[in-house]
Amino acid sequence: MTGTITPDNTKIEITNLKKQFGSNVVLRDINVKVDAGSVVALIGPSGSGKSTLLRCMNLLVIPNGGRIRIGHDTFVFDDGSKMPKAKAQAHFRSNTGMVFQHFNLFPHKTVLQNVMEGPLVVKRTPKAKAEQLARTLLGKVGLDDKADSYPDRLSGGQKQRVAIARALAMEPEVMLFDEATSALDPELVAEVLGVMRDLASEGMTMIIVTHEMAFAREVADKVIFLRDGVIVEEGPARDVIDTPKEEATRAFLSHFHTRNND
Amino acid sequence: MYNWDFDILWGYRWLFLNGTLMTIAITAAVIVLGLLLGLFAGLMQLSRNPVLRWISWAYIEIFRCTPLLVQLLWFYYALPVLTGVELSAMTAAVMTLSLYGGSFYAEVIRGGVIAVDPGQSEAGLALGMTPAKVMKRIVLPQAIKQMIPPLMNQSIIQFKNTSLVSVLAVPDLLYQGQVITMDTFRPLEVYTVIAVIYFVVLVPLTAIVKRSEKTLQRSH
Repeated sequence: MTGTITPDNTKIEITNLKKQFGSNVVLRDINVKVDAGSVVALIGPSGSGKSTLLRCMNLLVIPNGGRIRIGHDTFVFDDGSKMPKAKAQAHFRSNTGMVFQHFNLFPHKTVLQNVMEGPLVVKRTPKAKAEQLARTLLGKVGLDDKADSYPDRLSGGQKQRVAIARALAMEPEVMLFDEATSALDPELVAEVLGVMRDLASEGMTMIIVTHEMAFAREVADKVIFLRDGVIVEEGPARDVIDTPKEEATRAFLSHFHTRNND
Repeated sequence: MYNWDFDILWGYRWLFLNGTLMTIAITAAVIVLGLLLGLFAGLMQLSRNPVLRWISWAYIEIFRCTPLLVQLLWFYYALPVLTGVELSAMTAAVMTLSLYGGSFYAEVIRGGVIAVDPGQSEAGLALGMTPAKVMKRIVLPQAIKQMIPPLMNQSIIQFKNTSLVSVLAVPDLLYQGQVITMDTFRPLEVYTVIAVIYFVVLVPLTAIVKRSEKTLQRSH
């Protein structure tokens, strides 16, 4: 790992990123730049590599080649070189918050303990301070009254809001959302999207893998359309979603409602 | 018809008690040591390092796939010849039973860990926790729920397995029984009493296992 000075306003810089599982190439030469405070939606059919790309950004998947910079931390990957050390990986991840499709809350801990876990264990924040932070964040996602419940008492939408609070507790520079609403009943999607919308408007840098085209169109600054591990088209959200230039993008978007009521 | 006479055994009650306490003490020791060995071997099985995986695999299979009685005799009689280090019967007994139990515990622990949803590890890693912290704080506490019933079952089997140490003249319950038999020529009464003692100790324990399974299912 090498430290670099942020040259401009870009928070995330991905250069020549490659990933393959065995002979199956999932990402070929991906280049992405994300400005601080902007929201980028990754869209594409399943198997397009969008989730893998997101997971490369916090090293849950280790790329086979390329470079990833988030904030001041940079990792360079090349095939055959050793895996980054576990400690360095952990440090890199602590600067990105991840929200999973299936929430992945810790079932043996209360809601409050879930949110406190990162600060307590990773940052060694004093308990009282971690609790205060956790309660503030739970208030922010509208769940202060659930602090002492266990996750199995919550609805899917509530679980996902706790998961967002848990990720935010690390005070990350970037938030990654991996199909955060795909496992939710339709009536619960809005409450999670609402929290995400608030975060975006507060200036959080966010990468969102989503099938909610209307939400991407409304909230994202930029949309990236991936297919077969390649970026087919990218641009301002409304341009890509309303008037896609590529036939592949058009074909993909034809399966979705891309507008709410505007 | 055989004429049962248990009265004669009353004079040997302290010997029975001694044997029972020795059996319980050996069981306690081999459970604790076995769990430690099992935890190491089980986690080594899950390691990314192939050498660690191979070592734990060899250990587990050697002790699972040879008879305990053979292991006891081998450690007591063969190992000293090979190494020149004499083991007391008690040391050989506790060591062998711990290694034997550990090989079974290891499989239970490995199974419990892999039964935990991989998303749990990912969530821990995503927070910036090291893999060791994830194992300790996130995975193991959840895995233990799955592991406790089979671990307790294996421990009950270990309690009964301790009877084999009598072949090394370790003064456990069965050994004392053999002593009493030689004194009284009353093997039927002696071995009946011994069976009853094992049974009386274990039945409440199995009841506790049953109950713990239920409470664990309901707990967090």
